Amino acid sequence: MENIVTVKHLKKYFRSGKTLFDNSGQNLQNCLKAVDGVSFTIDKGETFGLAGESGCGKTTTAKLLMGLYKPTTGKLMCNGMDISNLKNKEMKLFRRNAQMIFQDPYESLNPRFRVKETLKEPLIIHGIGKSDDEKLEIIKNILEDVGLNPPENFVNRFPHEMSGGQRQRIAIARALILKPVFIVADEPVSMLDVSIRAGVLNLLKKATSKRNLASLFISHDISLIRYLCDKTAIMYLGRIVETGETEKVIKKKYHPYTEALLEAVPSINPDNKINLSKIKGEVTNSVNFTEGCRFYPRCTKAMKICEEISPKPVEVEKNHWVECHLYK
Amino acid sequence: MLDIKNLKIYYNISEGCVKAVDNVSFQLHRGDILGIVGESGCGKTTLIKSLLKILPSNGYIHGGTANYKGEDIFKMDYSRIQKLRWKEISIISQSAMNALDPVYRVGDQIVEAITEHEKIKKEKAFKKAEKLFDLVGVNRRRLKDYPHQYSGGMKQRAVIAMALALNPEIIIADEPTTALDVIVQAQILQRINELLENYRGSMIMVTHDISVIAQTCNKVAVMYGGKIVEFGDKRRIVARPCHPYTLGLKNAFPSITGEKKSLISIPGNPPDLLVPPRGCIFAPRCPFVKEICRNKSPLPEKVEEGYVLCHRLGEVEKLRLYAEKEKTWLRSSI
Repeated sequence: MENIVTVKHLKKYFRSGKTLFDNSGQNLQNCLKAVDGVSFTIDKGETFGLAGESGCGKTTTAKLLMGLYKPTTGKLMCNGMDISNLKNKEMKLFRRNAQMIFQDPYESLNPRFRVKETLKEPLIIHGIGKSDDEKLEIIKNILEDVGLNPPENFVNRFPHEMSGGQRQRIAIARALILKPVFIVADEPVSMLDVSIRAGVLNLLKKATSKRNLASLFISHDISLIRYLCDKTAIMYLGRIVETGETEKVIKKKYHPYTEALLEAVPSINPDNKINLSKIKGEVTNSVNFTEGCRFYPRCTKAMKICEEISPKPVEVEKNHWVECHLYK
Repeated sequence: MLDIKNLKIYYNISEGCVKAVDNVSFQLHRGDILGIVGESGCGKTTLIKSLLKILPSNGYIHGGTANYKGEDIFKMDYSRIQKLRWKEISIISQSAMNALDPVYRVGDQIVEAITEHEKIKKEKAFKKAEKLFDLVGVNRRRLKDYPHQYSGGMKQRAVIAMALALNPEIIIADEPTTALDVIVQAQILQRINELLENYRGSMIMVTHDISVIAQTCNKVAVMYGGKIVEFGDKRRIVARPCHPYTLGLKNAFPSITGEKKSLISIPGNPPDLLVPPRGCIFAPRCPFVKEICRNKSPLPEKVEEGYVLCHRLGEVEKLRLYAEKEKTWLRSSI
């Protein structure tokens, strides 16, 4: 399998609590550790899921991967390119290979652009298609691909003339039109209604497998991740606490946090009551973290060692890593 | 306790008249926990807003009655409504983040709600607020804090505490957990369940998430395009849904337990309530549509304790089997 994305010991700290005359924010100790040592790889044709509560660093990871933030330290490779420090020209080439689908299709599309203008923009920037007719042909093909049939009905529409599901399909078309090798989808269906959501999910699934794309899918909803992703990583306060094949992560739930997260998902079956015995308290912040396991204050299986020493990732099964002192 | 009959709520907009709620009837008994489920724009929020007479200025009640203990809410005058709000019917509003006033301490806001309706001293009201915070599981000391010092889950709990403050007969919760994370959502749902065990009144919970309803309610109303298309006992609706829309909704929900099934979406888009379809409201998207569905609105037919609005209710066993197949939903009627 060919690695498209390689992330190694990636860290992103944001300075916090810094005022105009106080430079103590320079000190790394006082930083908000949004992403604190994350490593994973995504192969060609693989969909990688990132799950966790809000504030755990999912979106920061995505933005780092897109080159929208510069990492504090760590290695970021995409399609053989080191993207942690790109110059303008290289950045343009990288953008062609890596595209992002945002959460809210009501905000990510320019309200004054017709569909064809939205989709033509990337073609112009990257010099694809010689004449306008050729460009229009490419646009029509991609519209068909994302299930907006017949494309003639959509090319001249404005975003406000379409439903949420159709808008998100346009956003997906915009991401796919440059034929990228890697896409990131950050909560792409959380703004959509249930009956529409399934269609967009199916489209994403089809589009990524047909094009053999490496993709990163971010969601706080594990049931969606289960539906789409081959591999899953569970994030907690800037660290990946468990990663492995999706079905295994869900069935075995090695890490106490994974267990708590899964037990908290409400089931449609009224007899499967939600269970909260696996977790206590609320998310702590990640500013004053020095030593010990981050999940320690909320963990029901915490031991003495957890308070003092940060756990190292342990391979509990082949390609299934857990960061917890319970496993040695 | 609450008996709603043929309720119609319309909005006047420049293009015409939007039939946001169209001919809705249901009954709420003491102790009932009713879940209203539906997509955005189906009229669920409009419906509950009308019960407190807090509709936007261009919305009006076109017809129907809402009998609360023998009194029609829509005929009450302002001073009576003022007494009704909070004291008898209270609301946990959507996005608690915005429901609290940012420039007042949370404790003061709760005290204000109490003293507005009950003639008691501030100190006594504050004691009451402390008890309420114990009940919803927030530290009493936090009463002196401002909303921005709270986390999302805590704000939601504070709003729930406020809704419980005057022991209302009916609590209305509009998407109480939508903006929250899974674990916080689970904590809130569990807390609501615990509170309901010791509570004599009833509750209406509005959400778009069937699984949230499955965890809390005992009755369900499925809304689509301003109508309640299916109403009944929760267990019956989850196990044996009858309306094609409910069948479709069930297909669209991914699960983390059991076998991995492919999701099936309902083709098409929700109806334009400015010009609703002539016959059954769901007909343009329904895979089981027949000639009669396009021409005549179905009337409610009794199913066990509830009712269903569908012309093909008689064949429901057969349709339920068809609905499980993906092919069914890819156009062409059966």
